[in-house]
Amino acid sequence: MEPIIQLTREPLDRDALVAAVSHPSVGGIVVFEGVVRDNARGKNVRYLEYDVYEEMARQQIATIIEEARQRWSLEHVAVAHRFGRLEIGEASVIIVVATPHRAEAFEACRYLIDTLKSTVPIWKKEVATNGEEWVEG
Amino acid sequence: MKIKIRYFASFRELIGQGEELLTVADATRVVDIRALLVERNPRLQPIMERSVNALNHRYVPAETVLHENDELVFIPPTGGGQ
Repeated sequence: MEPIIQLTREPLDRDALVAAVSHPSVGGIVVFEGVVRDNARGKNVRYLEYDVYEEMARQQIATIIEEARQRWSLEHVAVAHRFGRLEIGEASVIIVVATPHRAEAFEACRYLIDTLKSTVPIWKKEVATNGEEWVEG
Repeated sequence: MKIKIRYFASFRELIGQGEELLTVADATRVVDIRALLVERNPRLQPIMERSVNALNHRYVPAETVLHENDELVFIPPTGGGQ
């Protein structure tokens, strides 16, 4: 099945993403959800601002999903990333991986979030009580 | 020839705009544009040194030669979180 790739300013809908990857042939579904934390490196974070190079991010996410498909037997995958201003506790990224057996779902999900963070052009700015900065690495 | 440069994240904030069109000579390379932008705006140097290049939505080396209507983006480090 075609992977689901969402880049949106709207709140992410975890239930809809899980429903979209569900299928009778699936034996395990792993969900990773990244949420906005109120602290970072000793700072009190007020909110986050995400910027995205949308056209390239879509292509790059499709590429890493394809790489994951070659390593694990993925039935279905959904990757959703939000951009714009996000408040504490809101989800910035949700990755849902559905596979016949659970081990592959965990491994593929871990691979997707780690690779997304390092290769997909999405940037995060922390706006803290004592200033703001774009976070690198 | 004309190329388009788009700016994101810290580049957009330092430059104060999201994109610009540049007229450059044939056979201009990505590395030449990097030097040009830093010369024009020295405050870009630290972030430029940490950034890689994307040409028409793909990562490319700095020696890549530009062509008419190319879209060039400098990609600062992404990521965050462990």
